[in-house]
Amino acid sequence: MDAEQTTQKRASRKSVAFTDEKLVVDADGNVTMVASPNDDTKETAMSHTARTPPLSAALEAFTDAAQAHTELSAADSAPAAAAAATDNGDGLDLSLLKKKKKKVAKKDDDAEGGDEAAAPAEEGAIDLSMKKKKKKKVVKEDDEFAKKLEALNIEGKEGDETAGAAPAAGAAADESVQDGDMEKGTGIWGHDESKPINYEPLLGRFFALLAQKNPDHASTGTRSYKIPPPQCLREGNKKTIFANLAEICKRMKRADEHVTSYLFAELGTSGSVDGARRLVIKGRFQQKQIENVLRTYIIEYVTCKTCRSPNTDLSKGENRLYFITCNSCGSRRSVQAIKTGFSAQVGKRRKMQQG
Amino acid sequence: MSIENLKTYDPFAEADDDSGQTKQTQEYIHIRIQQRNGRKTLTTVQGIPSRFDHKKILKVVKKIFACNGTIISDTESKGMGEVIQLQGDQRLKIKEFLISKDEGLGLNEKTIKVHGF
Repeated sequence: MDAEQTTQKRASRKSVAFTDEKLVVDADGNVTMVASPNDDTKETAMSHTARTPPLSAALEAFTDAAQAHTELSAADSAPAAAAAATDNGDGLDLSLLKKKKKKVAKKDDDAEGGDEAAAPAEEGAIDLSMKKKKKKKVVKEDDEFAKKLEALNIEGKEGDETAGAAPAAGAAADESVQDGDMEKGTGIWGHDESKPINYEPLLGRFFALLAQKNPDHASTGTRSYKIPPPQCLREGNKKTIFANLAEICKRMKRADEHVTSYLFAELGTSGSVDGARRLVIKGRFQQKQIENVLRTYIIEYVTCKTCRSPNTDLSKGENRLYFITCNSCGSRRSVQAIKTGFSAQVGKRRKMQQG
Repeated sequence: MSIENLKTYDPFAEADDDSGQTKQTQEYIHIRIQQRNGRKTLTTVQGIPSRFDHKKILKVVKKIFACNGTIISDTESKGMGEVIQLQGDQRLKIKEFLISKDEGLGLNEKTIKVHGF
């Protein structure tokens, strides 16, 4: 199905992505890049689709609903529906927390011995975030809507048949299955095709055309912002070297110091820059962890909140405030200064202070 | 992001002690993590509103999460208020606890910021 494919494509898309393996040049051969775009989607907690639902999100919800519906009618089993729901969740980027919560909810369901639909049980769970709830509701409504639509279609078909005006070719074909290549103009998209096209393929066509005609449309978000993945080496047992900080900063057009201070503040450690402009961080960190921090940095300090373009400048404004100026849409917004916050004394120092 | 200079509240007004509302329009609760030696970590929670009893929170949290913890007093944390410090990575759990309406504080999720990797 067309719709399904587009959904999957959309699900794997992400605002901030790290480039693929082939672009990574290992310094010592220690670092292997494991993150594939799909994996990333599941790990990340930050997505712009979740923050500002654009038109594409609406479409997504719709197609998701259709998917869920078909699956429901096919198997009518709760686990399948639940699986579909989790899959759909990728579009909205549930954080790890929510995923965990969800599992718990499912377990509860099992414990009750109820083999009911998973949806109500999940709604019963307390801590699902608003985002999630919204999503659920949308799905449900759309489900009903789809059912109604189908019912209408069936009625229409019956009406046709009673009128005795059954079309020669389309008689056998199910009304709900509408095939055909949009580009080539075959099937339902044929020039002389008079059969009414369902809403869903029409909507799909609209977005396909929209994306086709406006490749740099901001709300489609097909382009994700790519930076080289951070290279993390271990120095000794307690230090991590972040090798390509300079390169990443150059790509993001941010000062090294700014990124460094953000990293230190978030990771709750300290560190230094060595001779080859590599960053030495105290503590053991994996590449994935640094990646996550970089992602939050990009979302907070690089991307423009208005048009989501990463083409921005960070400058110090009048009153010691930092401002981000977008180069593509011209918007300007203030960002918070990096604050370290409370950090506990760890290690020998603490003992010395007290003793 | 909200617009900072179009707020309706009076910045010079005294914060009322009961809710602390005037003071804490943009106050976040920060949940941070720090590495200790080995695989050990610390979780610090900074900025829980003063209308809650930190000691009680700590007592409950310690029991639920099965970890130890302390309250770092105002003087020790150098003006960052009372900070709850827990052993281990309790970030997700403490967040859930802060949000949860039934067995937690029922705070708004938006006021909580989880830091770290």
